[in-house]
Parts: sequence; C-alpha cells; structure tokens
Amino acid sequence: MKVIKSSQIRDAVSRLWGEANFELPGDIIDALRKASRTETSPAAREVIARIVENASIAARDRIPICQDTGVPIVFVRIGRDIRIEGNMVQAIARGVRQATKQEFLRASMVNDPIERVNTGDNTPPVIHVDSEPGSKLRILVAAKGAGSENMSAVKMLKPTEGEKEIMAFVLETVKAAGAKSCPPLVVGVGIGGTFEKAAMMAKLACLRPLNRDKSTGTTRFEQKLFGEINNLGIGPAGFGGKTTALAVNVERYGCHIASLPVAVALNCHAVRRKETVLQ
Amino acid sequence: MKISTPLTREIVSGLHAGDRVSISGRVLGARDAAHKKLAELLASGKGLPCELHGQVIYYVGPTPPRPGQAIGSAGPTTSSRMDEYTPALLEAGLRGTLGKGQRSERVVQACVKYQAVYFAAIGGIGAFLSRRITSARVIAYKELGTEALWEFQFDDFPAIVINDIYGEDWYRSQAGTGKDAAGTRQRRDSQ
Repeated sequence: MKVIKSSQIRDAVSRLWGEANFELPGDIIDALRKASRTETSPAAREVIARIVENASIAARDRIPICQDTGVPIVFVRIGRDIRIEGNMVQAIARGVRQATKQEFLRASMVNDPIERVNTGDNTPPVIHVDSEPGSKLRILVAAKGAGSENMSAVKMLKPTEGEKEIMAFVLETVKAAGAKSCPPLVVGVGIGGTFEKAAMMAKLACLRPLNRDKSTGTTRFEQKLFGEINNLGIGPAGFGGKTTALAVNVERYGCHIASLPVAVALNCHAVRRKETVLQ
Repeated sequence: MKISTPLTREIVSGLHAGDRVSISGRVLGARDAAHKKLAELLASGKGLPCELHGQVIYYVGPTPPRPGQAIGSAGPTTSSRMDEYTPALLEAGLRGTLGKGQRSERVVQACVKYQAVYFAAIGGIGAFLSRRITSARVIAYKELGTEALWEFQFDDFPAIVINDIYGEDWYRSQAGTGKDAAGTRQRRDSQ
C-alpha cells in the first residue's frame, strides 16, 4: 500500500494556497480576453484590461490578485490504495498557516461565527474529503472571496417547476449580486440531490475549468443561462456591458419526488484554484 | 478628472454619477469592525479617533505588505455592509465613501442631504490598486488587524462616481433597472 506522509500534504496545501492567490488560471485569462473582443462599451473593455493587467502584476510581484485572499477551501480525493501517515486535517491547517505567514496573505478567518475573533492565520480551512479508485491523492485548493460567496444562494423549488423557474432563480441571484460579487462571474449551478448536495455541486461547478474538451462541452441549458445572464447588462465591475458572466457551469443529480433543490454559487472574476496530485 | 482630498463643497458639487476620477491625497480606511466602533462612539457622543470633515473613507482590508512595500493588495470591499453606519458618519462631516457595489436608498438620500459622494473602484484588482497607494498606517484599532482604522496616501487612485449630491445612481442607470434610467442617460448625454 502506497504511503503518503501528512507533511507532504501540508507542503502541497501551502504551495497551492499561495500560488492560487498570485496566479490567475490561464483559462480565466483566455475567457477574459475573448469577452473583451465582444464588448462594445469602452468602460467594460477598460475594466477587463485592468483585470488582466492586475493578474500580471500579481504573478510578477507575488502580491495577491485580491486583498480578500479568501476562505481556504480544500478538496481532497483519496485513492483507495493509499495510507496516510499522520493527521491529514491538521496537516491541511498547517499548510494554510504556513502560506499565510510566508506569503503575506491576509488573515480573513475568525474562530467562531458569533464570537468573531480573528485567528490570525486563516484557519480553520473548509475541508471536503472524497475517495476514488487507485493510488493517487488529489488536492484542489480554492481561495474563495467573501464578496461573491455572500451572494450565493440555495432555493428549494417545487418538483412541478422546471427550467423556467430554475432560470428565474439563477437570474434573480445574479441580479441581486450586481457589482457586489465582482463580475464578470463564473456561475456554478447545482440542480437536484438534496439541500447540501445541490450546494456542493454548485460550488464544484463554479470551480470547474472553462476549457473543457468538445465532447463534454456546454449543454443547451448552460448556453441559455449564459445568454440570459449576459443580457442583464450588469457588465464587468457592474459598470455596464455584455460580460456579466464568463461562464455558466451546471451539475445535476437525481432527487426526491417531492424536491427540486437549486443552488447558485457565484465566483468573482478572480477565480483562484490550484490542483496537484500526490502519488 | 483629478481630485484631491479633503473634499470641499465646491469639489463635490462638480461631481456627477458616471464621472471617472483619480483621487490623490489623504484617505481614511475602514471596514465592518471599525465602522461598528465608530458608530458606537458617535451614538454615545464620544470623540472619534480621527477628524471626519471633508474626508473620504475607503472600504478596504489590505493584505500585509512584503518587506519594502507600502501596502499589500488593496482593492475595495462590498460597501452595502457599511450602509447602516454611513448616514451617521456623513452627518458627522464625512464627504465621501469608496468601495464597490450598490448602496441602500438611505445612503443615496444621505449623500444628497449631507452633500457627499459615493465612489466605486473596480473590485478584485487589489494588486493594481496597491500601486496607487504610497503610504499606509494604522491610526486606531490595531488589534483588529486588517480591519483597523487606516490612513492612506493616494496617488491618482482610479474610481467612478456612483452616487452624487444630486441623487443620481450610476449603477442603476447602467443596468437599466432604475426607474429613471433612460432619463438619467439622456440628461448625461446632453451635458
């Protein structure tokens, strides 16, 4: 059985969480450039140009893309033929602590939602664990800003409702977010499952890479949502324009005969995610 | 349009929703926790740790600077979380606020009543904006960390006027969701 030491996990989380905050993913930069070509409003084009310029300053000078260096969200997929030596949860927290200090990240987490004392080191991270076949350990680290997190929403629709009502809820959520969520957004929609399953699917959907191959390309419903969201006119930074969303990703799952859960997870244009595989 | 702080009545009367501005001079910084403290002081009639007359508050919680830099990443945070505290601060003499996103109707009206302006900067470009801030120091509430009360020196910091002293709202007119969106645009075009 393959052994992975918790110290390897700590170092991987530390590196990924730092890098996520300095390096905007290439697929996001490509989507921004593409969006800029379709914009006719000078204000919208200027905002997109500033976002791209900001990304290059951040990567060059290792200064965070955004001052809100985010909630550290760590998704771990553990291969079933792996044994982890040591405490994985503690190792992840140590990785977050290490990068916060070494990379001059902002301390944005409090110990408790009511007491609200800043922990000073961005702990506790939010950790999601899953398993898969094989002997690899996959780690995805997302730095999630609160501006867009605060405007995300879950709604339990009636089972007799459908695409029309889902679309209305997605549009209502994006509209209420306005400029607060720092558009252009990546919108993740989770449909089905249960209350928490829908939220989890939506979150993973808004972290999904935009450059998927054609075989798994966007669905008709995703394209329809994308078109409607971009007709809202909110635009980059809320300054007006055609680019309110860079992409809409939808995930679906079976659900109860009495339920139709829908979750909408919003990600600002500063989509910060980094992945690695330990083996 | 280049403007310098402190903001006078004359400066704010020349600012209209949709105007692009570059702000230079001394600007205060505060977000949620510092606002709560300032509001408590105002409500109890105690003195504030800083003078507000003609000042601008930037809603920001910067990242720590790397050695040799004035400030870390420093973009705007969501302004609406400060809405409940803003009218009292404007009444106390504050002339401008700077953040991102729409304000409540109460704040829009308070901007008219107290002759103050709400500016927005582009969110999520804190690395870029940090280059327009030449100095940063904590003037109160150091224990709050990034949420302390700050004093910055701005050098051509880019922003846009969202709410002016005439009651106009640039976000609403852009997104076309405001009642008088078309009217606002026409008036602006004819200026």
